[in-house]
Amino acid sequence: MTLGTFIIVSVIKIVIALFVLLTGVAYTVWLERKLVGRIQNRWGPTRVGPFGLLQPLADGAKFLFKEDITPPHVYKPLYIAAPMIAMIFAVTSMAVIPIGDWVTVAGVHTPLQITDVNIGLLIILGITSIGVYGIALAGWASNSKYSLLGGLRATAQMISYEVALGLSLVGVLILSGTFSLRGIVDAQAGTWWGWLPKWNFFQGQFVAFFVYLMAAFAETNRVPFDLPEAETELVAGYHTEYSAMKFAMFFMAEYANMFTVACLASLLFLGGWHGPLFGPTWLQEILPVFWFALRVFAFIFLYIWIRGTLPRFRYDQLMKFGWKVLLPLAVANLVITGLVVALRA
Amino acid sequence: MNPVATPFFFYFLSAMALISGVLVITRKNPVHSAIALIFTLLSLAGLYLMLYAPFVAGVQIILYAGGIMVLFLFVIMLVSVSRVERESQFNKQWLVGIAATAALGVLFILVYAKGKSVFPERTVQLPEQLNTQQVAVWLYGTYMLPFEIASLLLLVAIVGAVVMAKKRI
Repeated sequence: MTLGTFIIVSVIKIVIALFVLLTGVAYTVWLERKLVGRIQNRWGPTRVGPFGLLQPLADGAKFLFKEDITPPHVYKPLYIAAPMIAMIFAVTSMAVIPIGDWVTVAGVHTPLQITDVNIGLLIILGITSIGVYGIALAGWASNSKYSLLGGLRATAQMISYEVALGLSLVGVLILSGTFSLRGIVDAQAGTWWGWLPKWNFFQGQFVAFFVYLMAAFAETNRVPFDLPEAETELVAGYHTEYSAMKFAMFFMAEYANMFTVACLASLLFLGGWHGPLFGPTWLQEILPVFWFALRVFAFIFLYIWIRGTLPRFRYDQLMKFGWKVLLPLAVANLVITGLVVALRA
Repeated sequence: MNPVATPFFFYFLSAMALISGVLVITRKNPVHSAIALIFTLLSLAGLYLMLYAPFVAGVQIILYAGGIMVLFLFVIMLVSVSRVERESQFNKQWLVGIAATAALGVLFILVYAKGKSVFPERTVQLPEQLNTQQVAVWLYGTYMLPFEIASLLLLVAIVGAVVMAKKRI
């Protein structure tokens, strides 16, 4: 592939990925309002378009036209930069996430992924860990007590759960022997006895899967771990002082992060895009993407479902759970996986 | 594909590391210093990438930029900025400081002058896929003992920190 085609193909992929991600984010908000509404015996949005389907557009327009208030007591450069940091790093991790196998479009053979780097997983972990700065700096730059407390909570929570999250992934890494997300998915191809897929979940990583899932909820500040924005105590936490598009950026960053962890869970534990293939060739090329999207959707649904079901943790419970339950579980899983792999070799 | 514009990226990253490094010690507000330090660490990660060490670069970002600096910021954010800004930023030990800087400079020049023959003229370009494996092989194979000693030291430090921080255990 020449440099010219490489750049063109990359730009096309980036545009498509961004478009799909942001549309997905918008419609996840719609889905959340709809589902939580149904859980609480309400209708959710119904007025804008059929089933309220145009609600995200209306929300977007509202965010654009609202007055963008900058309170006089904030530290301006960081106050403006913080939502950008949050948004940029939330979107960037999409760059290394593969959504399907190799395809040939218009004579160009290319993977369904913006770029396949061999430390893909490390990059995603690094980007999420840097994304914390968006929230932490928003809390500090707002110069308000609620925001600062929200920022501090977010920082402490994310650092604590990042440890468990990272350790829960090591078991998968031991099994597949690579950091490349594509490599990890490829290692999960095939089935046992013709029906049980060789997903890492079935290869004995189910403890790691649940540790990852819970740590991921905490990493994305979702219920039941949404203490950084606990409205009963902190007004709105780190984004108390934000309005209009800047607030929307935090909002979108949170949902984009949900997508990232959902994609990661599907790729690492549930076999990525592997699934039954049938039909003509064009269908066989599209089906993997469909199977992958289905898994991601299931995770997003689970997120919303849990939001509609569980109450919020107390802060000391959150810390205790992270350090005294998840971390030992992740370490135990790591030791056992290591032992099994060493004995099998 | 071959890397493009390597000199540009090298000088760009080096300049960013140096400038933000200077900002770390010259800014009065500790939060600004911490942010400058994050930039230094990130540009170092970029330099590691250019040396075909993606694993080291990833770990640098996760541990230093994403872990340790977040903890730094966490503590600094609790400090009252207005009080810090009234305190004098530099202490008066400039004679010792200049001596130490000069000694360090001489050391660097000596290393550069004497070590020219020791360091290979061109860096060996390892295939980058193997970087992670190679780090592991060296850490757990050739340098097993130093690695274990370092981890034991860290363990002692952790236990010591807990003992010192908690009056009753």
